Amino acid sequence: MFASVDALLLARAQFAFTVSFHFLFPAFSIGLASYLMVLEGLWLKTGKGVYANLFRYWLKIFAVVFAMGVVSGIVMSYQFGTNWSVFSDKAGPVIGPLMAYEVLTAFFLEAGFLGVMLFGINKVGRKLHFTATCAVAIGTFISAFWILSVNSWMQTPTGYEIGANGQFLPGPSWAAIIFNPSFPYRLVHTVLAAYLTTAFAVGGVGAWHLLKDRANPGARTMFSMAMWMAAIVAPIQIFAGDMHGLNTLEHQPAKVMAMEGHYDSHPDGAPLILFGIPNSKEKRIDHAIAIPKASSLILKHELNAPLRGLDSVPDADEPPVGIVFWAFRVMVGLGFAMLGIGAWSLLARLRSRLHDWRWLHRAALLMGPSGFVAVLAGWIVTEVGRQPFTVYGLLRTSHSASPLDAPAVASSLLAFVIVYFSVFGMGIWYLLHLMKKPPQAHESALDGAPIRTAGITPAPAIEGGE
Amino acid sequence: MLDLTVVWAAIIGFAIIAYVVMDGFDLGIGILFPLFKVGKDRDTAMNSIAPVWDGNETWLVLGGGGLLAAFPLAYAIILPALYAPLIAMLLGLVLRGVAFEFRWRDPAHRALWDIAFTGGSAVATFAQGIALGALLQGISVSGRAYSGGWWEWLSPFSLLIGFGLVIGYALLGACWLNWKAEGGLQRQVVTYAGRLGIALLVVIVAVSLATLTLENSYQSRWLSFPGVLATAQVPLATLIVTALFYRSLSRRKDAQPFFWALSLFGLCIVGLGISIWPDVIPARVTIWEAAAPYRSQLFMLVGGGVLVPVILAYTAWAYWVFRGKVSGEGYH
Ligand code: HDD
Ligand code: HEM
Ligand code: HEM
Repeated sequence: MFASVDALLLARAQFAFTVSFHFLFPAFSIGLASYLMVLEGLWLKTGKGVYANLFRYWLKIFAVVFAMGVVSGIVMSYQFGTNWSVFSDKAGPVIGPLMAYEVLTAFFLEAGFLGVMLFGINKVGRKLHFTATCAVAIGTFISAFWILSVNSWMQTPTGYEIGANGQFLPGPSWAAIIFNPSFPYRLVHTVLAAYLTTAFAVGGVGAWHLLKDRANPGARTMFSMAMWMAAIVAPIQIFAGDMHGLNTLEHQPAKVMAMEGHYDSHPDGAPLILFGIPNSKEKRIDHAIAIPKASSLILKHELNAPLRGLDSVPDADEPPVGIVFWAFRVMVGLGFAMLGIGAWSLLARLRSRLHDWRWLHRAALLMGPSGFVAVLAGWIVTEVGRQPFTVYGLLRTSHSASPLDAPAVASSLLAFVIVYFSVFGMGIWYLLHLMKKPPQAHESALDGAPIRTAGITPAPAIEGGE
Repeated sequence: MLDLTVVWAAIIGFAIIAYVVMDGFDLGIGILFPLFKVGKDRDTAMNSIAPVWDGNETWLVLGGGGLLAAFPLAYAIILPALYAPLIAMLLGLVLRGVAFEFRWRDPAHRALWDIAFTGGSAVATFAQGIALGALLQGISVSGRAYSGGWWEWLSPFSLLIGFGLVIGYALLGACWLNWKAEGGLQRQVVTYAGRLGIALLVVIVAVSLATLTLENSYQSRWLSFPGVLATAQVPLATLIVTALFYRSLSRRKDAQPFFWALSLFGLCIVGLGISIWPDVIPARVTIWEAAAPYRSQLFMLVGGGVLVPVILAYTAWAYWVFRGKVSGEGYH
């Protein structure tokens, strides 16, 4: 009995650990692929060298990010079977085809054109190379489309039938499965999140180099582009997040109760708890700082609207409150901080100080990693808030796991922790190292680019030898 | 009526074959890597696969994802049963995948990433072989779940197959480099290819005999009359292909040995098919028992029918772009 509980906890920890690492990379590569597409497009259109140099600069970073995204992703697609076999057996007929479509429409597209994008510029000509860049960028988006559809179906399952053997079976309409109620919101919110993550990473790098050399043309251009993204996308993201929350209130009210910290029902207007310490034993928020009735205003657009709390949900169906409550505040806080930077950059533009307002650059540098934190926090809200179910309301997490012994899961978790921290730790260090170098006027292509086939060489070869 | 379950078994089979032949030579180069001279030779070996390895590996994702989609029950039983080898494979693939990028980023630690490249490739290959062996020797099933322990996969038989796959992939890698490399490196891999060919043949014989002694119904499938008239063609063809392989090698052909080596793999897979068809889990679960419902199969088939040819087309194009000999010469 204890052994099985342990195995379940370990399996959850393992999934959370591996998927969190995985998502860090796509969050960056979805945005970066689009950014590279824009840069190359601008270069083809204007012929300005600064775009070509920025393209090459970020391409080197993209190559490293993408490699880490791919290898950590393959782990994910096998993890469903190794650790969540009962879930796979039951939900496979519904979610399996969506994931197969992801492989067929997205992964092959990305992988097939990646080689040309990275190493092929001197082999295929500019137009065809641009096509390859676009294919990779579109591939990353399609990938997000399918996997978020799968995830959203697990949050808000629709369009299924239950078979005699307990499996979820597809109903007559696949559209009802793919476009399940939370999917449009999750897709918009997550893709915007990837763009924001990239915008702040690029903006942070630009700010760093501006702080050292205000005249560097590459740094000036990337900072300006990133700040446009921040100024435009951050408000849209907050709006999208709000819509997403309303959708969640409709389909997964218990998750919203955890996000808001509403242990108790409020028949006439619920307060908005800004901060406080969730106390799960006593089922209340200690030291709460709250705005009366504001939660009802946000969620129901009416001051006195009644809102139910977790006291209306059976204990066995409640998500953990603390983690959801805190993760939500981290995400929202960062969202508003991003909005602030965007607004500040607009002010700086008005006063023509975008490239020499040192405090703006310092703030942007500080916010460089904020997207990654916000994205992980957002996913923690989503996934932990879905507990104790894997398929919301229908299949419990405790009934989803593989029949594995705890030592097996413990050893694999340990192996993942060691390998991921060392390998991806080094990878992230390489990324920082690449970002530390200022963009050059004659930025090299992927240096030591692993391609010098048949005559044409795009790059100076690395001297061999250790 | 067309039986979609059979179609899907064929598609998954195709994905697995595509994976074995394509990532097989990538992993093989990883296995042979320490034997190449540090510097230009290693760079050339790496460069010959850098633009294509990601696409090659994607067939593994299709194999796994396709299994989940088309045969969810098989996916749910096999993956926990092969837990340790699969996790080892995944970690091996992580190491070898990042090594492609990291070794160029960090010249000071290039030796380290070269070790990761080789270690990752070897572990992934060995684990794939063990997984196959464990599947063939039989998996404990009760109801809709795996019921064995977490060491059930370990046996002399599965280790033998793991070992055999390392030799086989190394052969593919050597033949690929024979095609893509020139000069000393090419001469070096031709020697390897010759030796590995013999080693592989020995392993194939050993595995075949060992398979016949397993408790499952393999013996009757291969040896009972009149089926044996058909099945005997497989070893016969193996001998012929081996002869052709050595002939092309001794005539110093570039591409031909690679394709004969692939054919050798193809024959092994045909043999595998004879042993287990129409089961997905030998002697336990048939493809029809494990199959997803008709609606799932049909939905995927519509997409797969259109997309797989398109994928094959642009994959071929990507190979075409990077055709010809890879060499590190003349660019320093
Ligand atoms: C840069 C990243 C980022 C930023 C700034 C925000 N979010 Fe977010 N949020 C995400 C990135 C994200 C995410 C990673 O994309 C999630 C996880 C799963 C999902 O659907 O989107 C998410 C989930 C998520 C959920 C949970 C939905 C559910 O699972 O039911 C809600 C209610 C919000 N967000 C609301 C907001 C609000 C009101 C924000 C305003 C400040 C906000 N988010 C900023
Ligand atoms: C548990 C869920 C997930 C699974 C099983 C999964 C699976 C995979 C796999 C197998 C790959 C490698 C593909 C290849 O071989 O080229 C991959 C890469 C990728 N995944 Fe995930 N993934 C998951 C979550 C996500 C999410 C939530 C997103 C985005 C919203 C995402 C976006 C991507 C992208 C864009 C890539 C390409 C590589 C990169 O950009 O770094 N994945 N994923
Ligand atoms: C990519 C960003 C993601 C992050 C950071 C993330 C995070 C998490 C976390 C923290 C858990 C553990 C929850 C708990 O045990 O309390 C979890 C569980 C899980 N998630 Fe996600 N998730 C992500 C994407 C996805 C996607 C796209 C899918 C579906 C395709 C998915 C499917 C699952 C499943 C099956 C579990 C295991 C069962 C469970 O513990 O709920 N996740 N995830």
